[in-house]
Amino acid sequence: MDVISEAFSQAIRLIGTLDDKLIEIVALSLRVSLSAVAIATVLGLPVGAGLAVAKFPGRQALVVMLNALMGLPPVVVGLLVYLLLSRSGPLGSFGILFTPEAMIMAQTVLILPIIAALTRQAVEDAWNEYREQLTSLGARGWTAALTLVWDIRFSLITAVLAGLGRAAAEVGAVIIVGGNIDGVTRVMTTTIALETSKGDLPLALSLGMILVTLVLLLNAAAQSLKQLAERRYG
Amino acid sequence: MADVNPIAISILPLRLEAVSFAVNGVAIIDRVSLTIETGPRTIILGPNGAGKSVLMRLCHGLLAPTSGRLSWNVPERPGERRRQAMVFQRQMMLRRSALGNITYALKLAGVSATERKAQGWAALERVGLAPLAKRPARVLSGGEQQRLALARAWALKPEVLFLDEPTANLDPGATAEVERIIHAIHAAGTKIVMSTHNLGQARRVGDEVVFLYQGQLKEHAGVDQFFTTPASAEAEAFIKGELPWLYNDVDSSSPARRLR
Repeated sequence: MDVISEAFSQAIRLIGTLDDKLIEIVALSLRVSLSAVAIATVLGLPVGAGLAVAKFPGRQALVVMLNALMGLPPVVVGLLVYLLLSRSGPLGSFGILFTPEAMIMAQTVLILPIIAALTRQAVEDAWNEYREQLTSLGARGWTAALTLVWDIRFSLITAVLAGLGRAAAEVGAVIIVGGNIDGVTRVMTTTIALETSKGDLPLALSLGMILVTLVLLLNAAAQSLKQLAERRYG
Repeated sequence: MADVNPIAISILPLRLEAVSFAVNGVAIIDRVSLTIETGPRTIILGPNGAGKSVLMRLCHGLLAPTSGRLSWNVPERPGERRRQAMVFQRQMMLRRSALGNITYALKLAGVSATERKAQGWAALERVGLAPLAKRPARVLSGGEQQRLALARAWALKPEVLFLDEPTANLDPGATAEVERIIHAIHAAGTKIVMSTHNLGQARRVGDEVVFLYQGQLKEHAGVDQFFTTPASAEAEAFIKGELPWLYNDVDSSSPARRLR
């Protein structure tokens, strides 16, 4: 018990002093994960919405595949992106392996299916509800898809949050393509994994507490925005 | 209304030739042949499950007939502005303001950005919703939403307006208001095709009746003729509010009987 309470009090002190190293790690984590969420949202919303309203042979198979990809293991994504970015890989000439950019790329690949699949489900539900009215008004294809995305914009926050949660929490992908290099590619989750194995529990614990708090705050903010919007727009 | 170009060829009449719509082999609409002409307000009348809503959706192009032919005088081309509109029993309002819902429809109809707002306001004025223009459409009451739906449809200046039981969920006050607006839309030059199972409403709003029963067209007649001398047994039973399977109790000397 003593070890644990000692680690906790040290961790709180570490957070309280705004330790430089700590801030650097938290900032990099946010930069990587938020960038990945931004890219995956820009790509995932249109893909999901398009898939929701489109009709083409093989659509059902694509939906099943997209849903399955939601459960993609981060280490496998890390491995794939590593292969792409390694010197002999097809994207090796960019030379971005073991940089934050590589980590953003890996997390984007990881969460794109999550955002696209959840968007597809939400937009398809809305499409079933609005189909006749929008068809009557002459909206079809992309016009209908964009109308629906805009109409359920507040529900789609949930899809984006699911992506953010996944990106912020994963270790496997960023540790493979980032390499966990001190001061360069070290983020909260990789530091927690490393420091725990080294026995530096206070640093690991303080990062864990910050990580959980951040995720909690983001979700609370999104939830209140959603509720506000529901009251406002019905 | 005045803005409907009188020189352009009307999209009416709409001709249905032995139109059927079947789901898993069960005919919801069964070989209906019918011509809908310019002018009189047409009421599609029939009990629940007669196929009224499906018939309107076939006419409006939301469903395709499984057999038979349905043709407008001027065929619709995809991508062109629709010359017909529809108001549904249950409205789907977008999460925008009341005005925003109308300007959205006008945008789809290709109305220029500068004119949309003015036309949207005018449409709201006509149905008495201008004071609520900025309210989110989804928080309006059922009656207000239905008037908004009428305003949206009217703003599109359709040549034909389909209304699928537009007052089914409304109280008498809101129903009277909706009927007043329908009269005004008709008076402004739009052909009205409305379904209802309410006989009083059919008499108040309609000029002619298309009577459906179990997916079949049983009668197409002027309102007065339909209500005083129905030609089919099913229509007579429906008017008398009797259950069709008790029809044997109806006086056998009735006009409907004799006409059969």
